[in-house]
Amino acid sequence: MVNTLVEPSGGRVLFGGEDVTSLKQSTLRRRVGYVFQGIGLFPHFRVGENIAIGPRLAGEKLPAQRIAELLTLVELEPEMASRMPDELSGGQRQRVGVARALAGDPELLLMDEPFGALDPITRDALGERVRELHEELGLTTVMVTHDMAEALLLADRVLVMDAGHLVADETPQSLLAGNGGDIAQSLVAVPREQAEKLAAMEDSIAERAKAKKQAKQGPSS
Amino acid sequence: MMGFWEILLSLGDKLTAHIVLSASAIGLGIIVALPLAVWASRSQTVSRIALGFASLVQTIPALALLALFFPILLSLRAVFGEDLPTLGFLPALLALALYALLPILRNAVTAQANLDPGILEAADGVGMTGWQKLTLVEAPLSAPFIMAGIRTASVWTIGAATLSTTIGQPGLGDPIFAGLQTQNWNLVLAGCFASAALALVVDLLLGLIERGLANRSRWQYGIGLGIVAAGLAISLYASFADRDENAVVIGSKQFSESLILSRLIGQQLEAAGYSVEYRDGLGSAVVHNAVASSNIDISVDYTGTVWTNELKRTDNPGREAMYEGIVTWERENTGIHVLGRLGFENAYAFAMRADRAAEFDAVTLEDLLPVANQLSVGGDPEFFERPEWIAVRDAYGLKFGETRNFSPTFMYNALKSGEADVISAYTSDGRIAADRLVILEDPREALPSYDAMLMVSPEAAKDKALLETLEPLMGAINVEIMREANFSVDREGEGKVSPESAARTLAEKIGL
Repeated sequence: MVNTLVEPSGGRVLFGGEDVTSLKQSTLRRRVGYVFQGIGLFPHFRVGENIAIGPRLAGEKLPAQRIAELLTLVELEPEMASRMPDELSGGQRQRVGVARALAGDPELLLMDEPFGALDPITRDALGERVRELHEELGLTTVMVTHDMAEALLLADRVLVMDAGHLVADETPQSLLAGNGGDIAQSLVAVPREQAEKLAAMEDSIAERAKAKKQAKQGPSS
Repeated sequence: MMGFWEILLSLGDKLTAHIVLSASAIGLGIIVALPLAVWASRSQTVSRIALGFASLVQTIPALALLALFFPILLSLRAVFGEDLPTLGFLPALLALALYALLPILRNAVTAQANLDPGILEAADGVGMTGWQKLTLVEAPLSAPFIMAGIRTASVWTIGAATLSTTIGQPGLGDPIFAGLQTQNWNLVLAGCFASAALALVVDLLLGLIERGLANRSRWQYGIGLGIVAAGLAISLYASFADRDENAVVIGSKQFSESLILSRLIGQQLEAAGYSVEYRDGLGSAVVHNAVASSNIDISVDYTGTVWTNELKRTDNPGREAMYEGIVTWERENTGIHVLGRLGFENAYAFAMRADRAAEFDAVTLEDLLPVANQLSVGGDPEFFERPEWIAVRDAYGLKFGETRNFSPTFMYNALKSGEADVISAYTSDGRIAADRLVILEDPREALPSYDAMLMVSPEAAKDKALLETLEPLMGAINVEIMREANFSVDREGEGKVSPESAARTLAEKIGL
């Protein structure tokens, strides 16, 4: 709705104080960097051309140096600019997707379940990197995710939606302290319980190892 | 008789005409199909209607579709004026373009529907306008599939274009149809071979372009496009360089006699210094209308045919009155100048094998009445639609067990092999004597007379020298001479000659 790919059925989305539906669609979308689960790299463009597409639509040519810079930002080799998207892994492609979103110096980075289709390690690394970029480039980032742990670890502010309604608006710290209502807490409970179970498992493994060690040491002493 | 390779090498101008026609039709098909596909991808209704229409067109036999454009264009003259051509290139182009529509449209629509939704979302997400999305994303990604559609359309069109011979557009169908009429299989083979080879080469080149587009290999589709463009340029140049605006165009129908007479007229004119073009294998109604509209300058027609088809008369006033009636009617209604009669009749008559006729004691059509329901009757493709047949049927109350259509040459074979018991023969046909056929008498005079007459278009009739050149042909050909000439073309084996050489022999015999 922020970049008007979906029309709101009610209410308004304000961008810089203006209703997004009142702005010229193509201009609005160039001001919003958009990253989504489907990645959507253009398969017939090289990586570099994919990154440069936003400025190209606005009538500017993105210099090769800037493309290299953007690739470095998302921790890819600058040489990758000349590759075709189908030669890249899923994680690399989404990194290019992020670089494409950043190419037009957007005021807002809009991420719709950006890491949903990636393996956990890539997902974690890319999440961290996006958070760092958010700091470095001073971006406003809106990210949609179903993974509460991801939300708690990456965000400054977490809004919980339930059946189309906003049910909580808290900082991660506040959510972990038990605020935000039942729905938000039931979502927080999932990673917390997972973390507790994992910790318990680790403890029991450590204890068993200790006991074994003691048992070994016992007869010899 | 010319050999296969000799014929093949002489097909140059037919080939270039074929290429120009096919390429224009495919081009027009692309111009119509692509915007339609874009529209269809944005509207379900348009998609259903467009694909439905294109599929419907596909179900019409190509031959019928080509023929249908004649009346359509004729009625459009009310809007576009009398200069709108109703025969030849234009109707062939339109019919073939309609035929080419479906594969291009279907592939383009399917390609659009199968585009990765993620890519389309990204196109919107990066802020592409509708036009940018179409040109930068949708078109390049659909291109290989659209190319595959164009490839299918091209092969179809090149094949179907052979049928445009029947509406007076020259092409590789000319040798095929001429060969079928005269049972000259080398001609048929050469025409089929050339059109199949053309289709294969085009398929190969377009396949190269398609792969080039799919692999994004510039040189691959560059080479393909280059060769296609060069081939087109050469064909266009050749067909326009060849064109002789002042040539006298002679039309002929789908049987040997018509071919021979057209060559006889052509040779007579060429001897007088005219340049001549032939439009062979045309339908009866097509020829008459083509002469009336001066698309064709000269044709040979028959009194009975014109009487029933054009004057829409069902009565039979007798031979002389019919001819006089036609001359007056043509002058007053179509502007066609009837130069005169050639001297022989080629009437419809019912013929049987002598042994079969003896079996039934059949001498006249009346004798067939008791046994007709056990008999199979064969006719040329237009016969059972013609008023002559209806007149005979109604005059005698004839009801045959089976009616079958054959091309005129195959009709006699069918009679020989017993696939037909009775056929609608022509009285000037050499095979009547050669096959010792019995002609059934027509005591109720249901069949009109069929004097061969020379028809000249309103335009050509202004050329007095032309009319004078043709004057010696009037009343010069008797039915025996015509039968002989017809048989020399229709017969099989030794002594079979081409219509051209039969026409030369005929000219010698009548002292031209």
